[in-house]
Amino acid sequence: MNAQDERPILEARGLTRRFGGLVAVDNFSFSVREGAIHGLIGPNGAGKTTTFNVISGFYAPSAGRVFFRGIDISGRKTSALAAMGLVRTFQGSTLFQEFSVLDNVRVGRHLGTRAGFLSRLLGTDRPLEQAAGEEAREALAFFGLEELADEPVSNLPHGHQRMLGMAVALAAEPQVLLLDEPFTGMNPEETRRMMTLVRRIRDRGVTVMLVEHDMQAVMNLCDIITVMNFGALLVEGEPEAVRNDPAVIEAYLGSAAPDGSGHAA
Amino acid sequence: MPAAGTGGLIRRAAWRLRLVLLFAALAALPYLLSYSQQEIAVLLVINVLLVSSYRLLTLTGEWSLGHVVIMGVGAYTSALLAKQAGVPVPLSMLLGGAMAAGTAALLSFPLFRMKGFYFLIGSFAAGEIIRLIWKRFTDPFGGPKGLKRIDPFPDIETGFLSIDFYEPVNYYFLALAVVSVSLFVLYRIERSRIGLTFHAIHWQDRLAESVGVDTFRYRTLAFVIASFFAGIAGGLYAHYVGAVNPTRFSVDQMVYVLVWAIVGGTATFHGPVLGVVVLTVINEIVLRALGLDTARPLIYGLILILAVLYLPNGLESLGPRLRALWQRRRGEPAAAGREPA
Ligand SMILES: Nc1ncnc2c1ncn2[C@@H]1O[C@H](COP(=O)(O)OP(=O)(O)O)[C@@H](O)[C@H]1O
Ligand SMILES: [Mg+2]
Repeated sequence: MNAQDERPILEARGLTRRFGGLVAVDNFSFSVREGAIHGLIGPNGAGKTTTFNVISGFYAPSAGRVFFRGIDISGRKTSALAAMGLVRTFQGSTLFQEFSVLDNVRVGRHLGTRAGFLSRLLGTDRPLEQAAGEEAREALAFFGLEELADEPVSNLPHGHQRMLGMAVALAAEPQVLLLDEPFTGMNPEETRRMMTLVRRIRDRGVTVMLVEHDMQAVMNLCDIITVMNFGALLVEGEPEAVRNDPAVIEAYLGSAAPDGSGHAA
Repeated sequence: MPAAGTGGLIRRAAWRLRLVLLFAALAALPYLLSYSQQEIAVLLVINVLLVSSYRLLTLTGEWSLGHVVIMGVGAYTSALLAKQAGVPVPLSMLLGGAMAAGTAALLSFPLFRMKGFYFLIGSFAAGEIIRLIWKRFTDPFGGPKGLKRIDPFPDIETGFLSIDFYEPVNYYFLALAVVSVSLFVLYRIERSRIGLTFHAIHWQDRLAESVGVDTFRYRTLAFVIASFFAGIAGGLYAHYVGAVNPTRFSVDQMVYVLVWAIVGGTATFHGPVLGVVVLTVINEIVLRALGLDTARPLIYGLILILAVLYLPNGLESLGPRLRALWQRRRGEPAAAGREPA
């Protein structure tokens, strides 16, 4: 291991995001090692999605900084971050619902298919677009969706839509992929397949950070887990250590307590 | 694969044949019309470009109320360049388009901070400011009375060919040529990845942005292209009519563009064209014959309401719907036979 590998690929320092009086993310720091599958968990309303939104440039941080390969990226535009290699997926099935499956992934190839205005007009971008079509089909094949390429998205069952969301993100050739609840709404069989796919994505050299509620999946999949509560860091460590940490058990029990004695979100 | 290839060839040939027939009909049209109808046909051709360029802007999901004012920017610019700077008219029209595009590029900074309803209102406000400038500054814009005696399109005089563009027939062919080329460019843009990206921004701008689409840049691009062609339409108008004034580009006129687009339907390229053609024919032939043409705003309002209620996807959806109905009717006996009464 050299010094290059030691430097985190993604890092947050003192990240804070307020909405009016509400502090959704509160002086939160973490770092993601290159090549890792890094879990981000915490009770509902802990601030996980907001953290993703700040890292990926949808919200500016109220305070604190985000670094990508040592470069300060705080407050940069989402599209500029995607061009650097930082791509996120969305909670739920956020897709171009009116497009075919293939066209969704073709949009994902946006960065890989640069051409001038005149070239688009005259159609000299054709070889480029044919290649983009091939690459989009490859991305679909990776998720086993190639048969559905010409279907409208709205015909796809929920589990397939979630996979398509990842195919779109993967088509953008990320170095870091942020997955927001990739297993939600999937049956156990689909979840198992998806876990294999996430590992294969990592094996292709993509660093993965994921938010997920399915504890079994998180514990099995992640190399390291960061737990947040009330917007702040609670615990960080390997799955085994996190699972048995009293503070984590307390946070989850608290949020799940039906009598409201805990800190329900 | 060969079979699909042949099918594609046949489809393309059929498409080309239809295009040839369309142009043949358009070429014959002015000779079937009276002089005053020819004048209307010229304006109709210009309005086809206006509403088609408007549709390109709506592809990203934003509806502007300033498009007619942008057309006015092209008209004023081309008129002033010709009148005061002696720029030859075809060139002044191009520069008018460029000015309209430049205005849109500037406006996109404040306007694309807003979306949906706020963009609509913002574009209206921006348009009113531009109109106020035309009214307020008599020099060079001519104030409320506007500009008159704008240079006409220069006659073509060669040894054996002489075309006088004061004649509506001749201007009709000029406008038809300019508008056809413009529509072809608009069509190519929509069919390219640029069009795909516009649609993507419309349906899910956050997802588009997350895979690297600079949504602000693309919204601006749509606005600039649409405005360029609106400016060209303005130039064609100014040098045909010979006069422009702020009222000609008021929000009333914008409402007509909206009605054409909505009644025609904006889902397809030909929808708005269908809208402007059908409504102009209704207006100029049916209403005029009935002596109801002064009630145009009222009747347009009525048509809009009826269209929204009974034809929510516009006139463009009428063809496929009638075809489906026809096929069902033809297939009906068999279907009825199978179904127990
Ligand atoms: N756009 C917003 N405006 C106001 N409050 C928000 C916004 N987004 C999130 N929040 C609040 O921030 C807190 C954290 O939410 P979120 O990040 O979605 O949590 P998680 O993803 O961990 O369930 C919640 O209290 C939520 O209501
Ligand atoms: Mg969430």
